[in-house]
Amino acid sequence: MSQTHAHGAEPPVQPFESVVIRFAGDSGDGMQITGNQFTHTSAVIGNDLATFPDYPAEIRAPAGTRPGVSGFQVRFSSSDIHTPGDQPDVLVAMNPAALIVNIKDLRPGGIVVVNTGQFTDGDLKKAALNTNPLTDGSLKGFRVIEIDINKRVTEALKSTSLSSKEVQRCKNFYTLGLMYWLYNRPVETTMKWLDEKFAKKPELAEANKLAMQAGYNAGDIHEFFQGRYEVLPCTSMPKGEYRNIMGNDATALGLVAGAQLANLQLFLGSYPITPASGILEALAAYKHFGVITFQAEDEIAAICSALGSAYAGCLGLTTTSGPGMALKTEAMGLAVSVELPLVIVDVQRGGPSTGLPTKTEQADLLQAIFGRNGEAPIPVLAASTPSDAFDCAVEACRIAVQYMTPVILLTDGYIANGAEPWKLPEIKDLKPFPAKFQESVPEGGFLPYSRNEFNARPWAKPGTPGLEHRIGGIEKAHLTGHISYDPENHEFMCKMRQQKVMGIRETIPTPPVLGDSTGDVLVLGWGSTRGAITSAVEELRKKGKKVSALHLRHMWPLPKGLENIFANFRAVLVPEMNLGQLVRVLRSEYTQHNFISYPKIQGQPFRTSELTKKIESILEK
Amino acid sequence: MADSQVLTKKDFKSDQDVRWCPGCGDYAILNCVQGVMATLGIPRHQLCFVSGIGCSSRFPYYMNSYGFHTIHGRAPAFATGIKTANPNLSVWLVTGDGDGLSIGGNHMAHILRRNVDVKILLFNNEIYGLTKGQFSPTSPQGIKTKTSPMGSVDRPFDPVSFALGCGATFVARTIDTHQKHMEQVLLAAAHHKGSAFVEIYQNCVIFNDGAFDKVAEKTVRDDKTVDLRPGQPMVFGKNHDKGIKIDGWEPVVCSAAEAQTWRSDTHSPGPAFVMSQMDSNPELPRPIGIFRDVSAPTFDEGIQQQIQKAQAARGKGSLEKLIHSGETWTVS
Repeated sequence: MSQTHAHGAEPPVQPFESVVIRFAGDSGDGMQITGNQFTHTSAVIGNDLATFPDYPAEIRAPAGTRPGVSGFQVRFSSSDIHTPGDQPDVLVAMNPAALIVNIKDLRPGGIVVVNTGQFTDGDLKKAALNTNPLTDGSLKGFRVIEIDINKRVTEALKSTSLSSKEVQRCKNFYTLGLMYWLYNRPVETTMKWLDEKFAKKPELAEANKLAMQAGYNAGDIHEFFQGRYEVLPCTSMPKGEYRNIMGNDATALGLVAGAQLANLQLFLGSYPITPASGILEALAAYKHFGVITFQAEDEIAAICSALGSAYAGCLGLTTTSGPGMALKTEAMGLAVSVELPLVIVDVQRGGPSTGLPTKTEQADLLQAIFGRNGEAPIPVLAASTPSDAFDCAVEACRIAVQYMTPVILLTDGYIANGAEPWKLPEIKDLKPFPAKFQESVPEGGFLPYSRNEFNARPWAKPGTPGLEHRIGGIEKAHLTGHISYDPENHEFMCKMRQQKVMGIRETIPTPPVLGDSTGDVLVLGWGSTRGAITSAVEELRKKGKKVSALHLRHMWPLPKGLENIFANFRAVLVPEMNLGQLVRVLRSEYTQHNFISYPKIQGQPFRTSELTKKIESILEK
Repeated sequence: MADSQVLTKKDFKSDQDVRWCPGCGDYAILNCVQGVMATLGIPRHQLCFVSGIGCSSRFPYYMNSYGFHTIHGRAPAFATGIKTANPNLSVWLVTGDGDGLSIGGNHMAHILRRNVDVKILLFNNEIYGLTKGQFSPTSPQGIKTKTSPMGSVDRPFDPVSFALGCGATFVARTIDTHQKHMEQVLLAAAHHKGSAFVEIYQNCVIFNDGAFDKVAEKTVRDDKTVDLRPGQPMVFGKNHDKGIKIDGWEPVVCSAAEAQTWRSDTHSPGPAFVMSQMDSNPELPRPIGIFRDVSAPTFDEGIQQQIQKAQAARGKGSLEKLIHSGETWTVS
């Protein structure tokens, strides 16, 4: 692309280590696409990055209103980062509602780019504003860049045959172009994406390209900014090949990989639910891997079909979010009873009930570990970042197949929709765990409820001659699997199932401590709080504080050796996006230690600053 | 090997004691199904019986085949998973009026709509047996039970009408005490490719004894039922002297000579639906036999074909390629 400079000299390019941009607009303004494109381009030029999409549950809330505001925050950096940042450096606000909802987060002195074309009296009224924030002094302390994007896009696209409505839908690419100019990034990646996206409507691809180009050129021509900035590629990340990945996509890839490592066909039974649908959508495109995706009539049919497929010899899989987990509960109990491999992915969102469908939360932990009728132990894993979801999905498959058990994998909305660079694994480093089917009648006859070294029962799939047997949810006699109401047998079987699941800890590592193994405060996290905890602990350690962090992946059973780690700290701080669920488990499992709960339940991830403040307050005690 | 031998009814009996109440209609159905399996000659290891919860759902334990006794109402979802995962299996689903039409009505609707190649036997006794005698969604209105001491207010629905409304490609009805008829219907169901729904009138001797006596009792059966045989005139009566014809929009009794020829394969399920609603008119005989039998692509085949098509077009997926897909960059 040619870069014209109408006003002579190149503006100066100033380097920055790390920048946070938040794109905010109406939920129909395409802010998620804009953010994702900026992220993708930044990934391709080699920045480390983290994203935080934050959008309403309504597809299109009334236009211009505060509830309809959709935001996408991206942080890109030349050094290792762990979070999308506490405060944006730049806010792009497409209308008054987007401005007023987000301005409180902008760092003092930060840049706010405002689309003045959307600041009529009517627009202000829709945003419930009595005065215009552009003139009433409320933007004091920020660098305000006012651009009538509506008008500029209309001008840029006047040669096209698009309707004025279609023209206005290209506004987001104008802002994207402007941000590409400001941070000195190439437009080619997005150009290519537009060509692919609108392959069947080339006029729309062309229009969006024109809008983006206009935004880019505007940076040069109009001198909105005193200069341009640069964030160099991050070279401190471990060497290797990377790609940008979102959590739901990484989960889907991990499940495909897990099924391959188990040498099994993957069968997904699922019912669309926010924010988990992305996994179903991703896996539906992997039919050439033999993946069967079944969009069931409801959440219950989804898990039941998956468990049926497991009986027939597939790796069963179901994916959902909180309300769907509640519906699947009975079938999970059956999976415990019939002991078949089944992976249940719960992309947690704000609850209870419908709760906050598009916001993140970690409040399904106790449901995952304990929430079933009867003694129904199920191993539980939790992914901590978008790319970690890949590894956790593989691990969930391993446990399911090796132990003939349902396994719950917890992610959350923050992981599902967030993105980060993923250091691609070497396929040869992924250790296979091939499923072993019972294929012939063993000496002495086939016993469907006999046990191997993992206490797992044999898996004989229908179609195998001589191994015909019946399974079901009624208590089974040890070894034969026949219906049994015998009191001693029931106790034996309950203990056996418990013992089998607790035995998994023999195959899981003690997680490493970040920082020194002794100190004042150990910050113990799980799930998506990892980024914020790591940032906070690194920051405090630089100040010489005796703070370390430990992050759990295996939530149940808990790994061995934790008590020895806890013993080396004065206090163990447990931040969670719930009212204190892990801390309850810890207090019952490790009665000797001082656990301090730090709950946050706002549908928003922890900020690094919140954690440093909390840790410092404990250090002062 | 069992599959190289000629199979007999006995080969399909499991080693478990059958624990239904003495005199339960389920025994007759079990006996008939075991006979049909021997006739069909399906190897035992290719056979999978799936059930939900209820008296009828104990069925898989008594079949010497693969079997999965699942949870209440959800058997259609399990059967869909099993059949889709392995289309070579012959999958049979056993359910009741409560399991299949009350708690599991949703799943029943969807397995029929999708035309999953599963044979569905719905034992209708118009009562909840395993929970000891409460009214079911097929119980006649006004029935007095423990939970309806003044008579139930619920209107029942007709299982055959339900199945037809779901777009089922094979729908039939038979009677537990009519072994020969049941055998013919089950064989036809087995030979149908796609979902086959068979309602079986089944007498619960404990909680709803004689529910079907008015039409199914052996001495009145010939006069009170009409057997729908595709391509045959709708003749009934002990002396084969009466018939059914459609007069305008309504079925009416006529002479045997005037009896209309039954077709189960009309484009519209309308005629079958009209026949299924004869139940509500006590003047008319109750239709049994094959209401509908049409061919349509099956769900399990469709899924397998898409996988084959994807693999033919893109080659079998490579994990290496998949992980490295999209734009990547190298940190060195």
